[in-house]
Amino acid sequence: MLGTLLDRNPKIANWLYGFKPPERGVVVLVHRRVYIVPARLGVLFGATLIVLLLGSINYALSLGFALTFLLGGTALAGMVHTARNLARIGVSAARAAPVFAGEAAQFRLVLDGRVPYDRPAILVRHLGSRVQTVVDVPRLGEAEAVLPVPAKRRGWLPLGRVMLETRFPLGLFRAWSYVELDARCLVYPRPERTPLPAPVADAAAGSAQARAQGNEDFASLRNYQRSDSPRHVAWKAVARSQKMLTKQFSGEAASELWLDWAALPAGLDVEARLSRLAGWVLLAERTGALYGLRLPGVELSPGQGESHSGACLRALALWEGA
Amino acid sequence: MAALPHPLAPEQRLVGPRDLAWLLAGLAFVMAPHFARAPWWLTGLTLCLYGWRVYITLDRAPLPSRWLLVGVALVGMFGVWMEGRTLFGRSAGVMLLMLFSGLKLLETRTHRDAAVAVFLGYFLIVTNFLTSQSIPVAAAMTVGLFMLTASLVGLSAPQRALRANLRTAALVLMHAAPAALVLFLLFPRVQGPLWGLPQDAHSGVSGLSDSMSPGNFSQLVLSDAIAFRAAFEGEPPPHRELYWRGPVLWEFDGRTWKTGWGLTTQHRMPEGGATRYRYTVVLEPHQRDWLFALESAAALPERARFSPDGTILASAPVRTRMRYELTSFAVNQIESDDDPVTLRRATRTPPQSNPRSRELAQQWRAGGASPEQILASAIQHLRTGRYTYTLEPPLLGEHSVDDFLFRTREGFCEHFTSAFVFLMRAAGVPARVVMGYQGGEANTVDRIVTVRQSDAHAWAEVFIAGRGWLRVDPTALSNPRRIDAGLARALPDTEPLPFLTRTDLEWLRGMRHRWEAVVHRWNVWVLGYNSERQRDLLSFVGIPDADWRALTAALFTILGVITTGLLAWSLRRFARPDPVQAAWRAFCRKLAAQGLERAPHEGPRDYSTRAARALPASRRAILRIGVLYIRLRYGNETPPGRVGELRRLVKELRFT
Repeated sequence: MLGTLLDRNPKIANWLYGFKPPERGVVVLVHRRVYIVPARLGVLFGATLIVLLLGSINYALSLGFALTFLLGGTALAGMVHTARNLARIGVSAARAAPVFAGEAAQFRLVLDGRVPYDRPAILVRHLGSRVQTVVDVPRLGEAEAVLPVPAKRRGWLPLGRVMLETRFPLGLFRAWSYVELDARCLVYPRPERTPLPAPVADAAAGSAQARAQGNEDFASLRNYQRSDSPRHVAWKAVARSQKMLTKQFSGEAASELWLDWAALPAGLDVEARLSRLAGWVLLAERTGALYGLRLPGVELSPGQGESHSGACLRALALWEGA
Repeated sequence: MAALPHPLAPEQRLVGPRDLAWLLAGLAFVMAPHFARAPWWLTGLTLCLYGWRVYITLDRAPLPSRWLLVGVALVGMFGVWMEGRTLFGRSAGVMLLMLFSGLKLLETRTHRDAAVAVFLGYFLIVTNFLTSQSIPVAAAMTVGLFMLTASLVGLSAPQRALRANLRTAALVLMHAAPAALVLFLLFPRVQGPLWGLPQDAHSGVSGLSDSMSPGNFSQLVLSDAIAFRAAFEGEPPPHRELYWRGPVLWEFDGRTWKTGWGLTTQHRMPEGGATRYRYTVVLEPHQRDWLFALESAAALPERARFSPDGTILASAPVRTRMRYELTSFAVNQIESDDDPVTLRRATRTPPQSNPRSRELAQQWRAGGASPEQILASAIQHLRTGRYTYTLEPPLLGEHSVDDFLFRTREGFCEHFTSAFVFLMRAAGVPARVVMGYQGGEANTVDRIVTVRQSDAHAWAEVFIAGRGWLRVDPTALSNPRRIDAGLARALPDTEPLPFLTRTDLEWLRGMRHRWEAVVHRWNVWVLGYNSERQRDLLSFVGIPDADWRALTAALFTILGVITTGLLAWSLRRFARPDPVQAAWRAFCRKLAAQGLERAPHEGPRDYSTRAARALPASRRAILRIGVLYIRLRYGNETPPGRVGELRRLVKELRFT
């Protein structure tokens, strides 16, 4: 009930949780942001204490009292220790590599211990998708929690609210905190696996189809240059000669292919078009063709290589209509 | 929300072999004292259950089915029922707890099960205190508590190194200690019991009973157990004056003496005496309502009263260690104005019993001898009758007094006293039996007199008109050493005695005295701590007449302070050992104040370049800081003086 209330009134939630999302940089979970309640095991422990106390009173056992009170003190100390296990931890998000819709965005959260003691058993949970993982933060060190959040739709996928929880050391208390980091992952459209178009060839380019075929013919090896795609490195030859070599394909430079929104069948809806274009970008990149992308309002001139395909896919991911 | 699997939820975390081993060890440790006491079959069964769990872990075998465990539980419970024909009460409860700890381990799969087993272990610790609350037991159970708590920590962090987990457990327990101490001192104590104690709650407690028959003293004096301790203000009285008066016996059936009932007289306290003693007694629980006082008590402890024959009675049976203060005068006679009815009861003997003794008494009485003369005759008879004082007297027949006086001539205090009182009564002189303790050992360290069950004694009181009840110790008459020097010197060396009562090992005695001084403090301050002591403590710190509200208020205040202290400890800031990093952070903070916050992705070079461009006035300093930082942080060597330069530059950085 409280959950729905907070979902509808982000202002109350922000006030309650003590921060205003999204947060930049390293977020330090100060004590004010760490909440703590007894876990179910703690309630059971409390019941145990009550029975021990009643027994001690009834049998007038002084040492029974002593044990009961020592356990009570243990619960108190355990509470402080549990809060300490989470408090003042630094949380930041590392860059998440783009993924395709339908895959999982690999959000990486860096937990910086910042104290000269270790912080074991910290649960990191993505509240939106319920993806979770448990990490141990070493003494004066960092731990990385990878959250594979399912990416359903293209566009920017914000990380959203993440909960950190711990029950260490006694398991009697549950301390938790929320962070909402300024982290996002680019989600490309889900690529449709269709053969490259019988393209609307430019007058100058001739038949891209034919040239694309020709591109797969291996021609020769040359010395590796930094801009070469790793896909074209002749790894077998590298293994033999210890020298970086790149495979060259015939007619590589000559091919020019336009992947054009307007050339798609009229019946396709927007997302299907983007999916098909994304598939084509991948395929074209693999064949080594020079390809350009035309969307309503966007035009990327023909190019090749990872940065080009990335730019094309990015344009597809973020396209919002002309 | 609820259906979500939670990796930290104890229900869903499996217990690893290491944590299980710790748990097993901890449980076995706290149960070890019970293994010796429990019936052999239960010890065997519990150990088998533990061993079974070890086997399952080592062999990665599946856990037994629930039905099998229910079967074992039913068999075990039947066995427990057979032992005492009940499943309730103290010993049955302990037995069931042992059984269930084994069964719980056999269904322990998850963190939650293991934690429940740890809680069972806490109960097992307390059950040990039902039998003994001595210092060694307390120390051992502290170790057990540590082991169980360590396994709780291990369950929460299964991946962590064992040593680190042990350290955490020790730290948590250490942090728990102040709160525990405050709770112990200030938690409002309720005087138990809350519910009817089971029949067996106090089994195995030895002490004087309310009757005396041949043989029961010689059993009692074999016990080393402590009856009570007395701390005197000033010098303790000499050994021969240490008569600790207990219950008085009136009725004799020819063999057994019993307490009198329906007495109507009023006991009178002595008004003065040779010496006045003020002392505090810490009485071990003995399940009877009488208290012991040095003859003869001149004041009553709180909430106690005198019985008509001068026994001090508490308001309820003494079930916990009890502390009371007393004043006594060293007198050996109690003035009394007993009425003839009471005095006649003190001359009653069963008819037809012990004819020879009766005949002897009649002889003394013949010729109209006064009670004093009869008393003198009896004393003379015991002195010259060649009676032997022994712990192992021969068995006596139906006429026990005759047998002792004329046939065996060997006996312990109950024989002498019984015979003497019978003789006096048969001669028409009112007499009664008094039970109590004689002597006690004064500790050379803290001067506290420790009285043990082995000091149990019985003597007689004879009524002489005009003087009152006069103490006569028939045992002392025949064997004076018993009273002057204690039991050990009075008995021949061949007699079996409690080991420590023997006197030949002087250094051992010294050590024992020191140890007993510690034990006494333990008994008074730890085991005997109750609501009265609580009040004393609070009035000592300046809160007189504290009731439970004052206690609770004080308790929560101090607990609050302790919690704050713990929080402050957990909030400690840890100095960064790296001055370079500290200087860089200060630099970033200064720039951020100028609106130039460092972006998370921005490296030091980019950041300082951007800042230099934005703040041309400080351009040189900013660029220099960036270069220095990069070199010091990422370079291979640390040129001397550079760190100082970086810190100085950052410190001197000003923006106008």
